[in-house]
Amino acid sequence: MGQVSPILEFKNVSKIYHGKQAAIQNINLTIDQGDFVCLIGTSGSGKTTTMRMINRMLEPTSGEIFFKGQNLKKYDPVKLRRKIGYVIQNIGLIPHMTIYENITLVPRLLKWPAEKKRQQAHELIKLVELPVEFLERYPGELSGGQQQRIGVIRALAAEQDLILMDEPFGALDPITRESLQDLVKQLQEKLGKTVIFVTHDMDEALKLATKIVVMDQGKIMQAASPTELLRHPANQFVKKIIGEERLLQAKADITTARQIMLPDPVAITLDQSLKQAVELMRKRRVDTLLVIDNRRHLRGYLDLADLDSKYNRAKSLADLISTDLFTVYTDTLIRNSVDRILKEDVKYVPVVDHQGKLQGIVTRSSLIDLVYDIIWGNKEEQVSDNKGGEQ
Amino acid sequence: MAKMNLWDQFWYYLSHNGSYVLAQFLRHFLISVYGVLFAAVIGIPIGILIARHRRLSGVVISFANVIQTIPSLALLSMIMLVLGLGVNTVITTVFLYSLLPIIKNTYAGMQGIDPTILDTGKGMGMTRFQILYLIELPLSLSVIMGGIRNALVIAIGITAIGSFVGAGGLGDIIIRGTNATNGGAIILAGALPTALMAIISDFMLGLLQKIITPKQGLN
Ligand SMILES: Nc1ncnc2c1ncn2[C@@H]1O[C@H](COP(=O)(O)OP(=O)(O)O)[C@@H](O)[C@H]1O
Ligand SMILES: [Mg+2]
Repeated sequence: MGQVSPILEFKNVSKIYHGKQAAIQNINLTIDQGDFVCLIGTSGSGKTTTMRMINRMLEPTSGEIFFKGQNLKKYDPVKLRRKIGYVIQNIGLIPHMTIYENITLVPRLLKWPAEKKRQQAHELIKLVELPVEFLERYPGELSGGQQQRIGVIRALAAEQDLILMDEPFGALDPITRESLQDLVKQLQEKLGKTVIFVTHDMDEALKLATKIVVMDQGKIMQAASPTELLRHPANQFVKKIIGEERLLQAKADITTARQIMLPDPVAITLDQSLKQAVELMRKRRVDTLLVIDNRRHLRGYLDLADLDSKYNRAKSLADLISTDLFTVYTDTLIRNSVDRILKEDVKYVPVVDHQGKLQGIVTRSSLIDLVYDIIWGNKEEQVSDNKGGEQ
Repeated sequence: MAKMNLWDQFWYYLSHNGSYVLAQFLRHFLISVYGVLFAAVIGIPIGILIARHRRLSGVVISFANVIQTIPSLALLSMIMLVLGLGVNTVITTVFLYSLLPIIKNTYAGMQGIDPTILDTGKGMGMTRFQILYLIELPLSLSVIMGGIRNALVIAIGITAIGSFVGAGGLGDIIIRGTNATNGGAIILAGALPTALMAIISDFMLGLLQKIITPKQGLN
């Protein structure tokens, strides 16, 4: 990936429309090359305003915006706009121009030679899986979904590496919308574009974004990766816009073993005697012990049944431990291992870090708590409070 | 001649004065076209201007409206006071009458364009001038042509009256007819071509309007 430099930076940017209260209040935002940023918020929260300041369709009232390290004010607005792809809310194909003319509009303004324009148009239309014959048609002869595809590739035609999209798929039916979302995401990843995408649909944002910017009343409530947003919503507003249901659902998706494990499991070090092991079991009323070495690396476990049958023959703990342990890492997603844990028919699963050091255990009961939350609702605090309980 | 019916007299007049009628026909047509052309040259930019600065539109359109409400004979006479007898007075009157339909239609044509299309043009990096000739003019051309068509029909009528100030044209023939005893056929020889001219120009401009209207696929 190389080093990532910010392609856009907002520094204390405010926008006040004439005679109104501030539409944008002092926002700061950094967008890196290759980011897929979704601006999300209720209607009137300032998403469009934020976006239109980027291609100087609007000027900030105060503050500064930097594009590729240079203050936007230093760019000629017309030239700047030819460098930034723009897909507006209502598709905005020009009705008296053919699809070909629409796609090659910016190349035409940039005075590309005819052959290069033609090639580009052919390549792009194939990219969105529309027949080349469509180039001769007028926008009115295409369906809404097809028009929007053209809107998207028109924004790429002059090889812009920053693309702005303002609720581009709002008016489309769910199936078309989904396929266009896939298309945009695919294009963005394949061509390495930076995309800023306005939406009011959280599912869309979660699906597409590498960074979600939640806005409310002209302020940024939170700017974070989708995982981070779901894991740590900054405030009540963010929680609300994500939605209770999605938060709970997401919880299974993003909960790691560390978050639900019980720390300090009953464990014994290898150098202790069998007698000490039995005493520890009796004292803590458990029938297995995890066995670790002096540096807390997990070595195996000691089962009461083995202890009973082999006690006489064994000389040290090392002779008795079983090593066929199913473990998970601290950062293993519970989603990916819950089935396995339940099927293994063990009472708990040790959690180790990547050095193999014992960190805790995940018990069946903590899993059950999690599943219960997902199905019946919001007991989120309880899960984490469980830490340190019995084993 | 008195024994012939009106229709025969009409043909008789035409066959003996054909070149005169044709000359007046052409003169009449050119006076009207010049007036409309000047009005288009001035009116279209004014229409564009007031579409850009809407605050001006009220004043400008009311002014053009006021001109329109002055009876043509009165306007003609007033201009004659300034410019004297002759063809310039008629062309000026035609010009003034043509302003309103042309300004109004240009303004309406520009106003009727979907703002999102203009926004797109700007957002894609068009200069103001490119927006004008790549988007606004093509999309409002048909409405503007409608205004010119309208203006030309009015102009042909006004030019007929213009003969009173000595500009010539088919109105001259009509005046001759009114002065002659039993001049009905002569009046007809002036009036019929005038009507024909109005109908044909309207039709031709209608065709032109269709041709220059940019295709959008669906119409
Ligand atoms: N051209 C404008 N003139 C005055 N106020 C505006 C204009 N555009 C937007 N606003 C106001 O600014 C606020 C933010 O608008 P906008 O950026 O369009 O929000 P969003 O895109 O999130 O719906 C709203 O309160 C809106 O009414
Ligand atoms: Mg908006």
